[in-house]
Amino acid sequence: MTPTRKRRLIFITLITVGIAIATAIFLTAFKENIMFFKSPTEISKGDFPQERNFRIGGMVKDHSLQRSDDSLEVTFMITDFAHDVKVSYEGILPDLFREGQGVVAIGQMTLSGIFKAEEVLAKHDENYMPPEAAAALEAAKEQKN
Amino acid sequence: MLAAIGQFNLIIALMLSLLLAIIPMVGYARNNTALMHTGRPLAYALFLAVLSSFLILITLFIQQDFSVTYVWQHSSLELPLRYRITATWGAHEGSILMWITIQALWIAAVARFSGALNLNQLSRVLSILGLISVGFIAFILFTSNPFERTFPAPLDGRDLNPLLQDFGMIVHPPLLYFGYVGLSVAFALSVAALIGGKIDEHWIRWSKKWTNMAWAFLTMGIILGSWWAYYELGWGGWWFWDPVENASFLPWLAGTALIHVQAVSERKNAFRGWTVLLAITAFSLSVLGTFLVRSGSITSVHSFAADPTRGLFILGLLALFAGGALILFALRADKLRSTEAVNFNSKETLLLANSLIFIVATFTVLLGTIFPMIFEAIGQKISVGAPYFGLMFFLIMIPMALLLPLAGQVHWQKDVFTVACRSLWPYASLSIIMTALVWWSVDHINVRGIVCILGAFWVFTATTGHFLKNKKTAGFIGMTIAHWGVAFFLFGMAMVEHTDTEKDVLLKPGQNIHLNGYDFEFKGVQWVNKENYRAQQGQVLVSKNNQVITTLKPQKRHYPKQQNPMTEASIYPGFTKDIYVSLGEQINNQGAWAVRIYIKPFIRWMWFGGILMLLGAVVGLFSARIKRLEQRQINQMMKEELNLL
Repeated sequence: MTPTRKRRLIFITLITVGIAIATAIFLTAFKENIMFFKSPTEISKGDFPQERNFRIGGMVKDHSLQRSDDSLEVTFMITDFAHDVKVSYEGILPDLFREGQGVVAIGQMTLSGIFKAEEVLAKHDENYMPPEAAAALEAAKEQKN
Repeated sequence: MLAAIGQFNLIIALMLSLLLAIIPMVGYARNNTALMHTGRPLAYALFLAVLSSFLILITLFIQQDFSVTYVWQHSSLELPLRYRITATWGAHEGSILMWITIQALWIAAVARFSGALNLNQLSRVLSILGLISVGFIAFILFTSNPFERTFPAPLDGRDLNPLLQDFGMIVHPPLLYFGYVGLSVAFALSVAALIGGKIDEHWIRWSKKWTNMAWAFLTMGIILGSWWAYYELGWGGWWFWDPVENASFLPWLAGTALIHVQAVSERKNAFRGWTVLLAITAFSLSVLGTFLVRSGSITSVHSFAADPTRGLFILGLLALFAGGALILFALRADKLRSTEAVNFNSKETLLLANSLIFIVATFTVLLGTIFPMIFEAIGQKISVGAPYFGLMFFLIMIPMALLLPLAGQVHWQKDVFTVACRSLWPYASLSIIMTALVWWSVDHINVRGIVCILGAFWVFTATTGHFLKNKKTAGFIGMTIAHWGVAFFLFGMAMVEHTDTEKDVLLKPGQNIHLNGYDFEFKGVQWVNKENYRAQQGQVLVSKNNQVITTLKPQKRHYPKQQNPMTEASIYPGFTKDIYVSLGEQINNQGAWAVRIYIKPFIRWMWFGGILMLLGAVVGLFSARIKRLEQRQINQMMKEELNLL
């Protein structure tokens, strides 16, 4: 092989390896950070990812919000009017969080069947239902009929 | 009555933009000078028509004309005058009207400051810009008319979203739109050049100016958005990788790539096709961003009015603009072939590498943003978490930071990389020592943070060293300032992301909490009455070593027409750190509250970096070399015209 060719070969090999590594990192990062969305009905059927975060959405059930007196712990139920899931959360709830309104929570299912939320999201606009929560309610309503 | 005039003006504007899209182009095709001369006056008339209807909408807000649906929905009798004015662009319809107003302003500016273009070229550019405004004016008239009426008129309005009653919201959208729409000029120039079948350095130089300007506006808009989110949303973050933020970031990334490639293609006949393609990409991403924001097809923490027809309409516009431009590009690709060879060992290669890095970043962000939509189509609901964006962006920006100083050092045309690398050694050693010092003095900083800080020092020292050794032209100074901005941004971002303190605590009145050497004493919460809201105002005494530094007064605001309260954080800004306190909610009857306390080191350096980047872009506009070349071009054109006479 001539030196030029050899250099070219090394160059091409390096680029190929580089692209392969980049793709591998990209796919891993993607896989790790994809979060599935599940409705209370799906969760009640056991259809949710184990030991990793996912999103759950629906309405905050009326009169289900319970606060601890001496810490920031709260629990509430998320419902799609067919099934309920109990959610526990420690921290400050967003301004738009309230009973009877749409909400999305991110977290994991614990063994005791309580959803432990790391983050609770409500929307900026008070007339607004998170699209995911709205779809979950819609699906539950259809199943009931 | 006024509303009817406003709407009528919009219809006139639609007609004018149609004429602008057609007549100069027909004139160009038939080589008819009289038709081509209509371009300028039509551009001015279009601007006047759109501007007057925008002013009318503002007037309707000032007059509180609740018979106009849009005014009724976003204003109220109690709303202070300054927010009544800014409510004009606070929601969808008005902000699209602002978009087309700014678009018309750019078109008028192109018509006015186009001395370096000949009539053929100008006609094509104005026609393409006219076509773009036809699309957006039709969009506003058919799907989002701000002048729609309600009968009978309600007595009071529904009030403006409290989050938007703020200084940041007054200036952030206009600047962002100036940037978005400004990219349409670079787009129109490229398409017009493709139609003409010739792209020379005059074109590129001319479009570089406009791109720089648009990019500077876009940068400012993004910084302000980030700053606003930080102090107004009450959760203390500065960037969330939310689809709506990404929508503004995507054109910025593509624009950054474009600016750097233009530096090559204005000097020699190389990378011209790539320049054109990037210009098309940047504006298409602006339109795509509008689609993402307006269609509601992606779950976002921002909720704008979502309406599928609007989404479809914008998607149609996107297909028309981007698709048309790309087809044209494919047809003309053979004419864009580079005629001058590019040496591998040269600045040109590194600038090409820059554009590739930024385009890879663009598509990584784009993929993460639209992936949920693709999944939705196959029936799975997913979202892509912020860590994906954070990690990918970190990895992609490593080569950027690594190569930036080298690109400064290497000469145009032909150089030797190894020599340039050797001359960078002192800077490398210096930045490694500085980084080691930071590592030693700052607790709990992880590898990712340290890599960013190393990058910051590396870029800063090498840029400064290069600056001191060279002749200082405006272009060079602008570049240096912008690259300093990169360094400041990297440093601030690394510090705030990796060494900040966030704590949510339950505090009773009189209770103390110690955090990072600071003492926070909670004095309780009291009701206060303000201009158009009531607020529960907390008092937190911040002290260090028993010396009181400041009293922070975070608020929970209650607006009469809104169901939900709004959190207003209180911030003690500082050169090296911000102290940030916001109220959560009342926990019990004894006056205990959930309180959020953040200490954000060097967060301001990040925004300062962004400001430096935009200053750099602005300073670059005053390049004497470009002026000289332009003057030569104008003189030559004059001579040709005299010869014709």
